[in-house]
Amino acid sequence: MSRPERAPRSVVAAFLLSALGAAGFAASYVLGLGNEALGGCLGGSFAFLALGLARWSSLIDAGEPDYVEERSVGPTPQGQYDAFRRALTEQPVPRSRVLWGALGTAVAAIGGAALFPLRSLLPAMGTDPDDVLAHTPWRAGDRLVTEEGTPVRPSDLEVGGTVTVFPEGLDPREHVDTTTVLVRVDPADLRLPAGRAGWVVDGVVAYSKLCTHAGCPVGLYTDTSRQLMCPCHHSVFDVTDGARPVEGPAPHALPQLPLATDGSGYLVARGDFSGPVGPGWGNH
Amino acid sequence: MVSLLPRPRPMRKLDERLEFASTGRSVLAKVFPDHWSFMMGEIALYSFVFLVASGIYLTLFFEPSSAMEVYHGHYRPLEGQEVSAAYASSVRLSWDVRGGLLVRQAHHWAAHLFIGSIVLHLCRIFLTGAFRRPRELNWTIGVTMLILGIFNAYAGYSLPDDLLSGTGLRIFNSVAASVPVVGSWLSFLVFDGEFPGQEIIQRLYVLHVLLVPALLAVLITAHLAILIRQKHTHFPGPGRRPSNVVGSRVWPAYALRSLSLLAAVFAAVLLAGGLLQINPVWAWGDFDPATITAPSVADWYILWIEGALRLFPPVEFHVFGLLVPNQFWPGVVLPGLIFGGLYLWPWLDRRWTGDRETHHLTGSPRESPLRVAFASAMLTFLAVLLVAGSEELLVQWTGWTVAAVRNVLRVLVFVLPVVAGLLGWWLAESLRRSGLGHAIELGGKDLLAGLPRRRRADS
Repeated sequence: MSRPERAPRSVVAAFLLSALGAAGFAASYVLGLGNEALGGCLGGSFAFLALGLARWSSLIDAGEPDYVEERSVGPTPQGQYDAFRRALTEQPVPRSRVLWGALGTAVAAIGGAALFPLRSLLPAMGTDPDDVLAHTPWRAGDRLVTEEGTPVRPSDLEVGGTVTVFPEGLDPREHVDTTTVLVRVDPADLRLPAGRAGWVVDGVVAYSKLCTHAGCPVGLYTDTSRQLMCPCHHSVFDVTDGARPVEGPAPHALPQLPLATDGSGYLVARGDFSGPVGPGWGNH
Repeated sequence: MVSLLPRPRPMRKLDERLEFASTGRSVLAKVFPDHWSFMMGEIALYSFVFLVASGIYLTLFFEPSSAMEVYHGHYRPLEGQEVSAAYASSVRLSWDVRGGLLVRQAHHWAAHLFIGSIVLHLCRIFLTGAFRRPRELNWTIGVTMLILGIFNAYAGYSLPDDLLSGTGLRIFNSVAASVPVVGSWLSFLVFDGEFPGQEIIQRLYVLHVLLVPALLAVLITAHLAILIRQKHTHFPGPGRRPSNVVGSRVWPAYALRSLSLLAAVFAAVLLAGGLLQINPVWAWGDFDPATITAPSVADWYILWIEGALRLFPPVEFHVFGLLVPNQFWPGVVLPGLIFGGLYLWPWLDRRWTGDRETHHLTGSPRESPLRVAFASAMLTFLAVLLVAGSEELLVQWTGWTVAAVRNVLRVLVFVLPVVAGLLGWWLAESLRRSGLGHAIELGGKDLLAGLPRRRRADS
């Protein structure tokens, strides 16, 4: 192996530039320079380090032959393997199924017992997730309020207008399943399923805002086609036709919230949604 | 009396206690084969090192809590607003902690590099047949690390509690809930009740910074231990046999080259972290369950599942009275099939090729047109799903409706992989028969020779 007599200048230069970059990083930090200076200096420092090391190793490579190392390819010779098996199975205590069975029982029991505390990760005893998912806190008489808590009159919405509402008195961030989108359309255009005629007030219809595909808010309303679209996977729902899905992967309609007005003319719910909100789940 | 002998040097002192010199000498002389494609796994390893180092720094500033607090700091638009502690601390990390943005962005870029290099490493192993006996075990460990890597990147991306990541979590919740029989329990186990729950950020945090990295560290150790025990495969060449390894010695050539690669990985993620903005959480805003940004595009390693969710037709039905939700097929079954197929590949390959031999010399991809065809088809399938995951861009570009673009993609997702698979087979077969070095040298004659030969009726 022939080594260069003198230190290779290119390698030394690269290492010194690397040190300079590191110093630049420290200086940038002290001076409070921007992210570009910090990243540029430290990244540059590592880049010069990489170049120096690569150059160094290629100089070594140039003087070195290919090395050969033998590799054993077969399994352990049978005799040695048998000796290992014997060492494993020869015991001072007689091999007994009862003994091993008892040990197995103990280990399995400990393993099983260790699973119990995992139950604490789930909601309190007596809560059935299916029940929780199947219903929302909307009750008959709940006022519909905006995220700021303002109650809504049908006349607050122009035809073609929409607003997102929640039941009065509940934190919208905690009770996401109550998220509702109000849309006002021309009542003459409505073709709702049978029995829902009384759920609409002055052309204002209310649907769950959670897409029945993957639960994203159906945030995009196009008044010309009177369609709600979910920006996640582009499912499209027909507002005039009971929010029936007309495009995309959503498999069923957005549940509708039956509406009425109270004595002061504000919109209230007449009960819970027409079905479970959001996407279906696997034990429904 | 003072000894006139030179004082023992620290290395010698250590050897007096551990007697490592003879083992150490054989370690230094260990031979590793040289090929550029063998560096992908090393890049993944060094990305992991950077992820751990930068991640530890980030944990010192990030607060994994959905408790509300008022933000005060340099990011003026958020000044005085009430947001979650997770979001506020992520914005503080980016705007108020000196050097914090660099570490945060470099950490995110390193995650891309980690998963990207694992995918390329997997492609190399797959195409050269290096997964075959005796390396099936290391293949399954590698696939496990890919899954853990994707999961952990997703968990990390979800921590800042911004609008994009909150939307991602909501989709994750829907997919978890779609599992038959146990769906709602599974979703409640992850989220501590109905979405969004109060605990999800804490739970993801523990998984992201402790459990998954620890698992990865154990698996990386096992992966490397098996590699050292079995010794690396090498390509055919003069003097190269199944019973030897030809290449560079660990010290000094290989070690210096590998350290150079480590420095290059650090350089790449730090330069990217300094110069290229990634996931500006302050611009997305904090998570508000009733709001959504459009377009919302996920990171590439998860985007193919998004694409599948978009393309899958609106089908749902009941089996034995239980609902099989729509999102179950693209969200659970598809990734299950892909990763399950990857796990089983060494045994499927063995069945189809009848090859049960031990291999230490691996070939060029052309030697197995079947694998080239399969890899081309699979990568094309995933590429179409990635495009579907960002179909907004295609809609803008073509001016077509979303529905039209989607219907075209629904056809292409089946047609293009078949075309790519056949082309891959053809190219590999032409190269194999011609014996040429590179695909670019192939002439018309070579390509004709690569076509499947018709059985001649007269013979």
